[in-house]
Amino acid sequence: MVEVNFGRRRPETVVGLRRVAELKEWEGNRIGAAVTWRRVEREGPGAYAQAARTVGSPQIRNAGTIGGNLGTASPAGDGHPFLAAVDASIEVASATGRRLVPWNEFFVGPKRSSLQQGELITAVVLPERLPERHGFGKVGVRNAMVISTVCAVVTRDHDGRTTVALGSVGPTVLRVPAAEEMISAESNPSEADLAEFARLVSEGVRPITDHRSTEQYRRHAAGVLARRLLERCLR
Amino acid sequence: MIVTFRLNGEQVNARVAGPASLLDVLRDELGMYGPKEACSQGECGSCSIVLDGEVVCSCLVLAADAEGSEVTTVEGVSQGGLNAIQEAMLREGAVQCGFCTPGIVVAASKLFETHPRPTRIEIKEALAGNICRCTGYGAIIRALESVAGGEA
Repeated sequence: MVEVNFGRRRPETVVGLRRVAELKEWEGNRIGAAVTWRRVEREGPGAYAQAARTVGSPQIRNAGTIGGNLGTASPAGDGHPFLAAVDASIEVASATGRRLVPWNEFFVGPKRSSLQQGELITAVVLPERLPERHGFGKVGVRNAMVISTVCAVVTRDHDGRTTVALGSVGPTVLRVPAAEEMISAESNPSEADLAEFARLVSEGVRPITDHRSTEQYRRHAAGVLARRLLERCLR
Repeated sequence: MIVTFRLNGEQVNARVAGPASLLDVLRDELGMYGPKEACSQGECGSCSIVLDGEVVCSCLVLAADAEGSEVTTVEGVSQGGLNAIQEAMLREGAVQCGFCTPGIVVAASKLFETHPRPTRIEIKEALAGNICRCTGYGAIIRALESVAGGEA
């Protein structure tokens, strides 16, 4: 709609999806693409609900959907780190069938996804079982209506397996395998382990300098944020 | 195409061209000038309306998607006269240039409808999507707190 309002796009044909009830269905780990952030905020699992609460404003969360967030495929999309951290898939459908796309094959670049002509995002499919602990955090210049400078989700399971996914610090949302492997091996991380985890995250992200922040700041903030989220999981 | 929906309680038929926003249709086709256009990208909240029970930015709603829906603009938030929020905003001088006022009245009316005694934090969170470019937030929050406190 923003592109239409600014005269950048004038499609002759539009298809309204707001009243397609099937797209709003939420059954277990399959969440329909037209589920709004408002609903995720109220009914979603921990870190996903936390992320939903930071999306735009009440007005945006009432109208904005998880499918729309995916379609935009912004590197700063606040919903993406959770999906990446738990290895979710995106269900897409066309006239010829449905396919499940793992998150890391869905995002291909800044505002670019592997969605093909004629395909519609129909749902997000989470794993059957989520890690025991997970949390979302975001750094931005103010509390509301803000695009992330860095956003992240850290998960930690009962066996110590840890994942960390970050947004706004690369062309797409990304994971940091080196940091994950290092900290997953520590059953009771020490102060030095936590510092090393933060260092590996800072080293592993791929931020740029733009009008919102600098590469250096984003790198630093990514490490600090990931460490804080991990500490919350360990509490 | 013709889109049919209920606007402030009455059924309306509006001519909609392609990807027009609901805001454009409300203003240009239906003469409903309460919702204002300022940022056109959902940042400012001056076009706030209630769509099927939820406050949204009408500039971001595809008008074609309003088919069969229930729409309330600031013109429809009170039945004859002003509601408690409008009275309180008048009393506290919570209006400067007035451009953001309709959006704030819509968002605040919805808040009080579901939540009659909001705290200051809840008021601020509910208005997080409404920008007052005159920065008259102090008086706006004071007005709404007086409604929450039952002074109205």
